[in-house]
Amino acid sequence: MNGILKSNPVFVLVLGMCPTLGTTTSASNGMGMGLATMAVLVMSNLVISLIKNLIPDKVRIPAFIVVIASFVTIIQMLMEAFVPALYASLGVFIPLIVVNCIILGRAEAFASKNSPVDSIFDGIGIGLGFTLALTVIGAVREILGSGAIFGVSLGIADVMPLVFVLAPGGFLTLGYLMVLFNKLAKK
Amino acid sequence: MEISYFAIIIGAIFVNNVVLAQFLGICPFLGVSSKVETSLGMGAAVTFVMALTALVCWPLQEYVLNPLNIGYMQTIVFILVIAALVQMVEIILKKVSPSLYQALGIFLPLITTNCAVLGVAILMIQKEFTLMQSVAYSVATALGFALALVLFAGIRERLEFEDVPAAFKGVPIALITAGILAMAFMGFSGLV
Repeated sequence: MNGILKSNPVFVLVLGMCPTLGTTTSASNGMGMGLATMAVLVMSNLVISLIKNLIPDKVRIPAFIVVIASFVTIIQMLMEAFVPALYASLGVFIPLIVVNCIILGRAEAFASKNSPVDSIFDGIGIGLGFTLALTVIGAVREILGSGAIFGVSLGIADVMPLVFVLAPGGFLTLGYLMVLFNKLAKK
Repeated sequence: MEISYFAIIIGAIFVNNVVLAQFLGICPFLGVSSKVETSLGMGAAVTFVMALTALVCWPLQEYVLNPLNIGYMQTIVFILVIAALVQMVEIILKKVSPSLYQALGIFLPLITTNCAVLGVAILMIQKEFTLMQSVAYSVATALGFALALVLFAGIRERLEFEDVPAAFKGVPIALITAGILAMAFMGFSGLV
């Protein structure tokens, strides 16, 4: 369960930056993206751990990518069918889960060396850390930018700077949250 | 689709800059952009691969995936094409032009996991561009990527000599810098 705080993929390891910045315009978008990534991570960790002895060492990276891409496609189709609104707002970032370095990183560093059960828990831990980070960033941006949280308006939308839900706000929010995280981690 | 090439190119370089407005390719943006020289190398390598990706992926989608009604295989097919292309470019460059390989070599393996490449391939299909429009879009996006990278590297080279508070060191200050840069790029919105 190291993945949630001590080696949080976003705040500490600085992995998976593109979806972190691109999808966190609101708390629910960030959470949706985090959960989708977690689902792919857990499934691909499990499968890669099961087939790790069947894959020749030389082609392991392409093999991992095919496994990950298959699960991403499955998640993509499921989301399109059951949560079309979320699917539309996450857009191109759903297929881009394939190239999220967190997933390939865990496949290479953990699932290809450990048992299936351990790999599932690793996926859940890292996935929760990622989801938590994305939800927090999304919530901060939603409050500052559109004066709402999880889509519930706080009635302060008029006085809030819209820039936080736009591109620059993404960089700024993540930057300052990391500063905060660094400060707290030192204590 | 009746969109002029001018609009596509200006739009992709400035208005919807791939890094600063669309958040694609952030990893190499933060990782490689500490020196202007390496940024130029990375930019060149990405431009090359993106143009090739557009040339290969567009016909694949149009003549293989669409007629067979397996559009949902897009993600898997495209990522394999990109991985294979990168590998191929690496092998060919090594044989044909060792000096260019020396210059770009270390960046090539990184490109497979650059989400800007896959992102652009998916976006050009989504936008229903023709083949030539797709190539123009890809090259312009890559140029926008290179522009953002070089600008950012220039700023970071100077930042190195500044006294940054401990908690801000490294990634946080880089992100805040990028935020300000992105604000500057917002000035281009509405241009096309």
